[in-house]
Amino acid sequence: MSGNWEVVIGLEIHAQLATKSKIFSGAATAYGAEPNTQACLVDLGYPGVLPVLNAEAVRMAVTFGLAVGAAVAPRSVFARKNYFYPDLPKGYQISQYELPIVHDGALTITLDDGAQKSVRIIRAHLEEDAGKSLHENFAGMTGIDLNRAGTPLVEIVSAPDLRSAKEAVAYMKAIHELVRYLGICDGNMQEGSFRCDANVSLRRPGAEKLGTRTETKNLNSFRFLERAILFEIGRQADVLESGGQVVQETRLYDPDRDETRAMRSKEEANDYRYFPDPDLLPVELDAAYIEAVRATLPELPVAKRARWVRDFGLKAEDAEVLSQEPAVAALYERLAATTGRPGPAANFVRMEVLALLNRTPDAVINETVVADLVRLSADGAISRASAKTLFEEFGTDAGAPAMGAVVDQRGLKQISDTGALERIVDDVLAANPDQVAQYRAGKAKVMGFLVGQVMKASAGKANAAQVNELLAKKLA
Amino acid sequence: MASPTIAGLARQLEAREVSSHELTQRALDRIAASQPVLNAFITVTPEQALAAADAADARRARGETGPLLGIPLAHKDIFCTAGVPTTCASKMLAGFVSPYDATVVERLNAAGVVTVGKANMDEFAMGSSNETSFFGPVKNPWGLARSPGGSSGGSAAAVAAGLVPAATGTDTGGSIRQPAALTGITGLKPTYGRVSRYGMIAFASSLDQAGVLTRTAEDAALLLGAMAGFDPRDSTCADRPVPDYAAGLGAPLRGRRIGVPKEFFDDGLEPGSAAAVRAALAEYERLGATLHEVSLPNLGLSVPTYYIVAPAEASSNLSRFDGVRFGYRHPGAGSLEELYKLSRAGGFGAEVQRRILTGTYVLSAGYYDAYYLKAQQCRRLIADDFRRAFGSVDVIAGPTAPAPAFRLGEKVDDPVQMYLNDIYTIAVNLAGLPGLSIPCGFSGGLPVGLQLIGPHFEEGRLLNFAHQYQQATGWHLREPAA
Repeated sequence: MSGNWEVVIGLEIHAQLATKSKIFSGAATAYGAEPNTQACLVDLGYPGVLPVLNAEAVRMAVTFGLAVGAAVAPRSVFARKNYFYPDLPKGYQISQYELPIVHDGALTITLDDGAQKSVRIIRAHLEEDAGKSLHENFAGMTGIDLNRAGTPLVEIVSAPDLRSAKEAVAYMKAIHELVRYLGICDGNMQEGSFRCDANVSLRRPGAEKLGTRTETKNLNSFRFLERAILFEIGRQADVLESGGQVVQETRLYDPDRDETRAMRSKEEANDYRYFPDPDLLPVELDAAYIEAVRATLPELPVAKRARWVRDFGLKAEDAEVLSQEPAVAALYERLAATTGRPGPAANFVRMEVLALLNRTPDAVINETVVADLVRLSADGAISRASAKTLFEEFGTDAGAPAMGAVVDQRGLKQISDTGALERIVDDVLAANPDQVAQYRAGKAKVMGFLVGQVMKASAGKANAAQVNELLAKKLA
Repeated sequence: MASPTIAGLARQLEAREVSSHELTQRALDRIAASQPVLNAFITVTPEQALAAADAADARRARGETGPLLGIPLAHKDIFCTAGVPTTCASKMLAGFVSPYDATVVERLNAAGVVTVGKANMDEFAMGSSNETSFFGPVKNPWGLARSPGGSSGGSAAAVAAGLVPAATGTDTGGSIRQPAALTGITGLKPTYGRVSRYGMIAFASSLDQAGVLTRTAEDAALLLGAMAGFDPRDSTCADRPVPDYAAGLGAPLRGRRIGVPKEFFDDGLEPGSAAAVRAALAEYERLGATLHEVSLPNLGLSVPTYYIVAPAEASSNLSRFDGVRFGYRHPGAGSLEELYKLSRAGGFGAEVQRRILTGTYVLSAGYYDAYYLKAQQCRRLIADDFRRAFGSVDVIAGPTAPAPAFRLGEKVDDPVQMYLNDIYTIAVNLAGLPGLSIPCGFSGGLPVGLQLIGPHFEEGRLLNFAHQYQQATGWHLREPAA
């Protein structure tokens, strides 16, 4: 991109609420069922049926609102958004229009350089999802799967506060993390549980008026969001710099070609004829209800990280890594408490547990084993290497014995006896005269090799810190 | 012999003088004989009816009792009935069989009522003459060249002709009260929210309410008691107890105050109807009630307000009839857009299409504020008028319709004239109030209806007033020549 443009981005994030049943019917919301097996008469829009609001969806939307410091409306109204499409059985979508349940919040995001930025959230409203049109395997026809019809969504609308694709991604990630922490959305982007529309426009720096925007729909990965925005920035800059005007329109991102394409322009846009849904009463929430929901708010990720840094002495980076997944954060929190050694527990979870979970995401960790190993290694009873080996063997074994007993049985007690260690060190130095010479010639890296040899000779039982110390002394 | 009432039949059933099977067979025979003349039914279900009658007789034989157990009844064809076609009198739903029962149907079934069939009506309840039915107009038993009113015209004609002692109806702008008036029977539209709308095919959701058409106020009380009450499947259904309506019928009217809105007696009211209504008011004075002039200054806004609100809601409610999942689907569509256009243009009649277009227009960007929003404001003004009036009176009384039954074909090409037929009833729906029509005399040999309007959830009071009048007079016993 040439020229000097300010990028202005606002996101509309759709988070599917993790309720068991749909927002206006009793049908289940589980993903992946056979087409049209989770759609009841209400979802199918049969004559005479009526919607009944799922109270759990309301609670979840309020939870979100409170977590972003937003106002929760004492009275919000469901409206009908009218348009015809085969996967929209009633011919209208029930959404909220003029009076959303949540408005005027903000979320602080951390940028790459560590700086913090507050992004305003204009509103968050409840609505039902539509079904799915299936264009494959129907020989020129379109199949309709209404399992998703009526699934509750909260649509989170940010102000146009984001100034780059990176900021947009950071914001979307922060919302993603938040909704999973709150337990209101599973965050599964492949299944479409979390997706967003990106509004992008350009203007000259210092200009007050926003440029004409385009809306790129249905971005269901952080990478697609970033790519789509970057493409739009380049495309719009080209248009503007060649003297053209950006057309306000809806676009779709094609990941295969890494480009966005126009879907429909403003002129072709539907007139949705919004009006209050007469089948549903306004949602009226009193202060007592809102306070009761507030009392159930979990500690939010930002506060949790700050507390870990302050109380546990963790490095900011460790706190960040350990807090990303709510389940991992909770596991760490428990280990810190049961072992009374938050620092070593953080290291162990980060180095060993997370590595295992990356390999096998569904693994069920035996927390007693982890706690034992954290304690044994923090107290110097076993080496890090032994702890790692034992975790690999017993970490997911629900029936694992106490680690202390295993250490005794296998003679894994760490060698911290200076005399014994010194003998092993001397043997290693004697057996590797070339490396000793290299080290003394200034090749510091060789130290790692020598430590490794000592550990090997001790069958992993040598106290690594002491080994380092001894080697340094002897080679000085 | 006067056609029997529910209360009378219940006594006979209780005394084993007749069985439900016999009553039901008699109703089916009368319906069959009348159908070529009156066209009051869209669907008649002899097998299901006789099976239900036998079941009711068996329940009674086991010692069960109940005022509705074994009573034959017709449902307006707007109520979904499992296993029996529900058409809403539209080509769009011709042959459609609902997989479930409406709450009203379910509750009446539980009370032992025997459904004999589905009554004719205006298409999707849009009409005041029963002429918009895809299945042809219903004739008024008091004059076969005349309309029975609408939209619950089949229900009204069936009761007036003595085919069944009672029928259900729905009332969005007068669709129970006006046909009751035009056919000389009793019709009750309860308070909005008193009876569940679940399973009642929606016309205008904020106005629609299920009710009953019967010979007497007493019968209306018995049916309403069984139909009314909270339904968790309808969010607009009121969660409040259902009184014993029958128990309150006997209260004397001495000292009760009747409000008479001066706006109801304007130039538009046919003189013979005015005379009959004034005579009824005089009868109430004889019963000890007092008359008080009240004013509903915004009454004139009600027809235009209604013809914005109702079509707006209808245009959205009827979007689900798109030819995709159920109902009429045009066979020649080559694209999705054609499927919509051809199916909807071919499945809906002219009046329904007119209202969908009106509703779509008033909700459109740029018109919403001027029409829909303004209409909502007018609606509040109208409701406020009633609230003020009920500060000083117990009920409001006046005519139900501006004139007795008009001739079929007389107004069908002039929608505004047709719409004005509901001028006295529409405001009641806009305010969500209960309203009732009872026969109070004749004009030119045709029945005239007296309308009673009460405060919210005071159906019991209206039924009490109506019953006392019916104890003192005989208009409700008059029947058309067979």
